[in-house]
Amino acid sequence: MKLRKLMQQALLGAGACTLAITVHAADTIKVGVLHSLSGTMAISETTLKDTVLMMVEEQNKKGGLLGKKLEPVVVDPASNWPLFAEKTRELLTQEKVDVIFGCWTSVSRKSVLPVIEELNGLMFYPVQYEGEESSKNIFYTGAAPNQQAIPAVDYLMDELGVERWVLAGTDYVYPRTTNKILEAYLKAKGVAAQDIMINYTPFGHSDWQSIVSDIKKFGSAGKATAVVSTINGDANVPFYKELGNQGISSEDIPVVAFSVGEEELSGIDTAPLVGHMAAWNYFESVDTDANAAFIDQWRAFTGDDSRVTNDPMEATYIGFNMWAKAVEKAGTTDVDTVASTLIGMTTPNLTGGTATMLKNHHLSKPVLIGEIQSDGQFEVVWETEDLVPGDAWSDFLPASKPIVADWTAPINCGNYNTETKACSGQNF
Amino acid sequence: MRAILASWTLVALMCCLGSTANAESGQTAATESLLARLPSANLRETATLVGELEQSGGDRMLPLFQIMLDGRLYSRKSDDALVAVTQPPTGDWVLTDVFTGASLGTATRREVSKVRVNNRLRVQLREAIARIQLNAEDAGARLAAVDTLFGDLNDSSAALLSERRDLETDDKVKGAIEEALALYRLRSSSEPAVQVAALNVLAESLNTEVRYAVEQLAAADSAAALPVRNAARKALTRIDSNLEFYGFLEQLFFGLSLGSVLLLAAIGLAITFGVMGVINMAHGEMIMLGAYTTYVIQLLMPDHIGLSLWIAIPAAFLVSGLVGVIIERGVIRFLKGRPLETLLATFGISLILQQAVRTIFSPLNRQVASPEWMSGSLEINAALSITYNRLYILLFALLVFALLQLILKKTSLGLNVRAVSQNRDMAKAMGIRTEWVDAMTFGLGSGVAGVAGVALSQLTNVGPNLGQSYIIDSFMVVVFGGVGNLLGTLVGGFTLGVANKFLEPMTGAVLANILILVFIILFIQKRPKGLFPQKGRAAND
Repeated sequence: MKLRKLMQQALLGAGACTLAITVHAADTIKVGVLHSLSGTMAISETTLKDTVLMMVEEQNKKGGLLGKKLEPVVVDPASNWPLFAEKTRELLTQEKVDVIFGCWTSVSRKSVLPVIEELNGLMFYPVQYEGEESSKNIFYTGAAPNQQAIPAVDYLMDELGVERWVLAGTDYVYPRTTNKILEAYLKAKGVAAQDIMINYTPFGHSDWQSIVSDIKKFGSAGKATAVVSTINGDANVPFYKELGNQGISSEDIPVVAFSVGEEELSGIDTAPLVGHMAAWNYFESVDTDANAAFIDQWRAFTGDDSRVTNDPMEATYIGFNMWAKAVEKAGTTDVDTVASTLIGMTTPNLTGGTATMLKNHHLSKPVLIGEIQSDGQFEVVWETEDLVPGDAWSDFLPASKPIVADWTAPINCGNYNTETKACSGQNF
Repeated sequence: MRAILASWTLVALMCCLGSTANAESGQTAATESLLARLPSANLRETATLVGELEQSGGDRMLPLFQIMLDGRLYSRKSDDALVAVTQPPTGDWVLTDVFTGASLGTATRREVSKVRVNNRLRVQLREAIARIQLNAEDAGARLAAVDTLFGDLNDSSAALLSERRDLETDDKVKGAIEEALALYRLRSSSEPAVQVAALNVLAESLNTEVRYAVEQLAAADSAAALPVRNAARKALTRIDSNLEFYGFLEQLFFGLSLGSVLLLAAIGLAITFGVMGVINMAHGEMIMLGAYTTYVIQLLMPDHIGLSLWIAIPAAFLVSGLVGVIIERGVIRFLKGRPLETLLATFGISLILQQAVRTIFSPLNRQVASPEWMSGSLEINAALSITYNRLYILLFALLVFALLQLILKKTSLGLNVRAVSQNRDMAKAMGIRTEWVDAMTFGLGSGVAGVAGVALSQLTNVGPNLGQSYIIDSFMVVVFGGVGNLLGTLVGGFTLGVANKFLEPMTGAVLANILILVFIILFIQKRPKGLFPQKGRAAND
């Protein structure tokens, strides 16, 4: 009798426990993390996964959101573009996450796009990209071309008097589109066609001898020459090494890169790179209190004093804070409500300014040009006076000139032609 | 009177002594005060300070400018003193006096702050150093100084150069000065006779800046007088034919260099695939393991970068070779004669090895430093320079090839390997332990791939994806050269490298790769056994 009672109580207790767990589980806000942890892109994306986890941990220390804890759901799309779409579907239908932070390459984002629009999810995309897109369900917290490429070219032209241009890139969508925009922009500025050299190389290209030798010849025509590099990832190290070995210093022909940040520099010997430049919206060396706190927090979180921070991390930081603020304000995690609350939302960035979410789902950002130093950090040599609003559809391409993105009434469209007054929606 | 004179002499002597002492301890007061302003100056102020320092300090500023150019000039936060910093790979930074080189102890990174330098300043520093170095003892330094000033001469530096020309004893330096001055005269003078004389000097020049200046004079719309224009046209033809010749040599070297990389990557595969017939998709990962071995060895001996590279060669051979033997014993021997399954199994192994490296070393690329003697280039003349790292790797590839030929042709292991690959059953009947030979051959091939990894670590990224980028190329070279023939791999590698480099300027890198691939496909249609097919009974397996 006594035993039975005891067992009953135990069962009851166990039942209550399970109940409590289920209640508890339903009582969290799920944050999906969609970054590759294996494969070629793991090199860049694992850092962003850690950043999101750090932000979640901090938000939980502050008591979570709407009285609920945040629960990260990490999946690994393994640098496999179609798998990004499958993992998105899994996050939205099985895990039922409230928001996703993810993607790095444009092709992975394009793969996610139809799924996230079909299932009406919410995603923050934290990397600089080629523009020409604006989705109702995606918020772009990295730079659009007019927030990175165009100001960098302006700097070279106005401050360094560059007249001849090498546009070197890896052969895929981001460099091709960016270079198309830049070429149109340079020609509009009066640069002759023979003063522009465009060169594409395959992913992971490692034999740069002929190309560097060509650049050298191109740069010795008596006019100041610069290389605008959209060379991606691994190919950069042999490229800069070859520049150094062939005796091209940053004073002769400076290289401005859009894909080389602190993280990429931490894996290489920076000696041949000193003086070359990069254009970003954030550098680890920026001296503000917010940035110092962020760096300390990052090092404490990773337990590694030599870990560096970079621009996509800042974009993740801004995206996360903006989402958290919007959820608090809206009082719900409902996608449509949060999305409309996000527009016009402001949050401090790490460089001492304020990021504002614009109607086209892009941010306003400062643009900084930094010179690479021997310690792998950047010394800021120039920055825009004001914040630059992100422009989803470039004004320098004839086809996208009349197009705007505006996710507020009455337009409510990411691809709206101001001439024909028609909304084309996404063309997948 | 005499007493007064004596005392005056004494005073003068003392003054003299005093000023020498002052100069030894540091600088004159004016220079000293300029130096004191350096730590707190912003980039623009630094630029003016450097100019003033060159004026007031002259030759003595050379070490300061050099250290500044190298980015090693720091100021100590405790007393704002300027120090030169050397960063050992581990431990605290070593501080030395900028001018005397005397040791000033050590400091942590936070105790010193860097005197920032940007590109504009570097140009200024380089030119200031060149002006000082024009009178240096070492002829090489003088030549470098003339090269820096070349093309940027103004009246005062041209005067400086012509002064130097009269003193100069070294022929090479004298030639460079003549050329620089001729270019200056060509640009600044409007006297046709002077310009024509300058053009005659410049016709043999290979400097691209000279070519540009001459080209402008030769252009149809040039404002130059007719004799000058004609002389310029003649000079331009001469310069262009010279440049073309050296351009061809340069491209040939690029091709050979790419070929040597292909050879290194493929030569291990030539043994495992060529001799044993195993389609080893994990071959690239053997290269990767070799590169990572280099990285680990460098971690263990951070102070001896050059030596670590030599140690890494046998170490990488052992590591990759051992892994190769394990793969052969553990997997491949069970799949003998089933090529499709071998392919899939080794592909799986390659993925496992990649992910293992990601887990152990992190997915980020690792930094393998290059020793001093492998950076920079060998300047043959203004139009042709050969980068040292490529040159050494070319020689290294040939050396590895020769060694491997020696092993296969002259050792008993080589004899056994050839016997087994030609007729397994017969070899077995003759008492050769074929199982053991298989393991050793696979180990040898993998070990050589590891050695290739050491070389590649000097050219490209050391990361988990290193191997993948070379596997296709390796198979291409082996198939093209002819399976089962090391000489074919050598010729195949260099042919593909040279062809690629001569195509690239015309078609771009992407299309060049595609064309090469298409060419190989067509070639294999015509000659399925490659360049050097095996002949005789051995070929009929």
